[in-house]
Amino acid sequence: MQPSILILGFGNPGRVDDGLGPALVEGIRVRNFENVSCETTYQLQVEDAAEVANHDLVVFADATTEQGQPFYFRPVEPDPDPSFSTHSVTPGAILALARQAFGATCNAWILGIRGHDFNRFHEGLSAESESDLQTALGFLAPWLLAQGLEPSEDSVDRTNTRALP
Amino acid sequence: MVISNETKRIVIEPLTRVEGHGKVTIHLDENGEVQRTRLHIVEFRGFERFMQGRPFWELPVAVQRLCGICPVSHHLCASKAVDFFVGGQNLTPTAEKMRRLMHYGQMYQSHALHFFHLCSPDLLFGFDADPATRNVFGVADKFPELAKQGILMRKYGQEVIKATAGKKVHGTGAIPGGINKNLSIAERDELLVDLPQMILWAQGALEIAKNYTLDNLDLATKFAAFLSNHLCIVRADGALDLYDGGLRAIGPGGATIFDHVDNRKYLDYIHEEVKPWSYMKFPFIRSLGTEDGWYRVGPLARINACDFIDTPLAEAARQEFMAVTDGKPNNLSLAYHWARMIETVHSIEKIEELLNDPDLQGEDLLSTGDRKLEGVGIIEAPRGTLFHHYKIDENDQVLMANLIVSTTSNNEPMNRAVESVARRYLSGKEITEGLLNHIEVAIRAYDPCLSCATHAMGQMPLNVELFDFEGQKLHGLSKGIAQ
Repeated sequence: MQPSILILGFGNPGRVDDGLGPALVEGIRVRNFENVSCETTYQLQVEDAAEVANHDLVVFADATTEQGQPFYFRPVEPDPDPSFSTHSVTPGAILALARQAFGATCNAWILGIRGHDFNRFHEGLSAESESDLQTALGFLAPWLLAQGLEPSEDSVDRTNTRALP
Repeated sequence: MVISNETKRIVIEPLTRVEGHGKVTIHLDENGEVQRTRLHIVEFRGFERFMQGRPFWELPVAVQRLCGICPVSHHLCASKAVDFFVGGQNLTPTAEKMRRLMHYGQMYQSHALHFFHLCSPDLLFGFDADPATRNVFGVADKFPELAKQGILMRKYGQEVIKATAGKKVHGTGAIPGGINKNLSIAERDELLVDLPQMILWAQGALEIAKNYTLDNLDLATKFAAFLSNHLCIVRADGALDLYDGGLRAIGPGGATIFDHVDNRKYLDYIHEEVKPWSYMKFPFIRSLGTEDGWYRVGPLARINACDFIDTPLAEAARQEFMAVTDGKPNNLSLAYHWARMIETVHSIEKIEELLNDPDLQGEDLLSTGDRKLEGVGIIEAPRGTLFHHYKIDENDQVLMANLIVSTTSNNEPMNRAVESVARRYLSGKEITEGLLNHIEVAIRAYDPCLSCATHAMGQMPLNVELFDFEGQKLHGLSKGIAQ
């Protein structure tokens, strides 16, 4: 049985590379994986815990200011952070809420993609981050297949001519 | 927390479970008694300046960036003001009802979020409980069903917003003179599925808030309780109306100060005072002056000031609420929670009413008329009365923008609440985390969103001063203050 997987990208596409998380989600969405739900949001909110609880595996996608590698992929641990604010909720806090309030048993990862430009009001990624995004997609798509998923028959990129990794 | 023995100044920073970043300073006298307190706002947005020169049709979308929590309120309030620029202030039934549905969805989700995730830890565990457990995760651990309800109520409100505004955050539904979509039958039916559950959960939350207040009435009458004026908009017949109406202000005992004021004349009745120690202005009722004219806004003010509520469950709850004070205004800060849950019930009742209204499937979405170059929109946001006022030129560019957000109106009441609590709980006593949280509890009752409550960069006076108990200035730093 294929696991149900949620790809939840967050960030503000109006602030250049802060939109990396949503951009990654769109890159996965066009591949039409079965059993993969693609969601985007500006920032994580408590109600995301309900959606997380509905899946077996969750991948949070976000921009990162870490500059060493094009992306990182790390497990998320539940983090009941008492400094919780609705203006800033972490993936760990969402996972903790999902487990506590909904009895979720899912595992989660965070995919952080290197951002280079966050300081302008502009829709669209910087050239450097566009490259890093492709590298991250090149990792994530096979990773999804390795979880036992099958690409659907119409698994083609309908939005541009980008080659599938 | 920082305690400076040399200066006798206590700083609480940052405040937790308050949206935005605030700071409180408490000045002690030589006997260690509280001399004065101040709630400082350390963030600003500057939208009033940003929007100058922009085309007016950008306003309803752009101003939502003021806040990720109540963007719908700014979206709709700006839209109401911008309606004047196309002569479209008399909306079609479909447009007005779609906007109202969006607004009630916003009210429902915001109140649920505030109550369950920001305030319920204080009410369920007590003000002095360990902060490590007195938070939303503590609630989820000990009361998982409540936490689940809070999350799903918030989620439902967000779905209402998505169906009306196109997106859960920063939607584009309202446009000058109307709305850009109606509600499809499929969207309506999807929202109707969970509606009965949402009504029941709202009633359950109301019971929790009511019972907490009644069970702790002695505490509530001593905790940040003080007389104030109350301000909101009301419908022409005096009913609670969160989307549209004339301005009403009442005194602490219920006497009318002004009533049914045309929104466009708000400046004849409301002024804003600038104080050198705060980014935020201090609005006041002009006829009463700065000393006596400050007022509360938000759920408490609205329930106090309206004559009735036009939905049965909420009206019954309002009558019960008002009976506690024999029909007079309730001036207890902790009663905000009860009032907020009455509005939550009202909002879901209005959502039910609207979802069953065929006007929402209408096709007539826009209205136009004689164009004006000045527009004022006033709406009741979750945290209180929200004012948007714009002037444009003949080229449609914004010349002037003035926003009074609800947290600004509650600025003086929040300062009074902090001072009241500090005098009662901090003076001459050991300072504990629990005592400090009493101050935060007082601020949280008002549901402030500090991050959107400040004005244009460069115009905000910032003055940092350090005094000892003899009033000697030890150090000072000023910025943006006319010399």
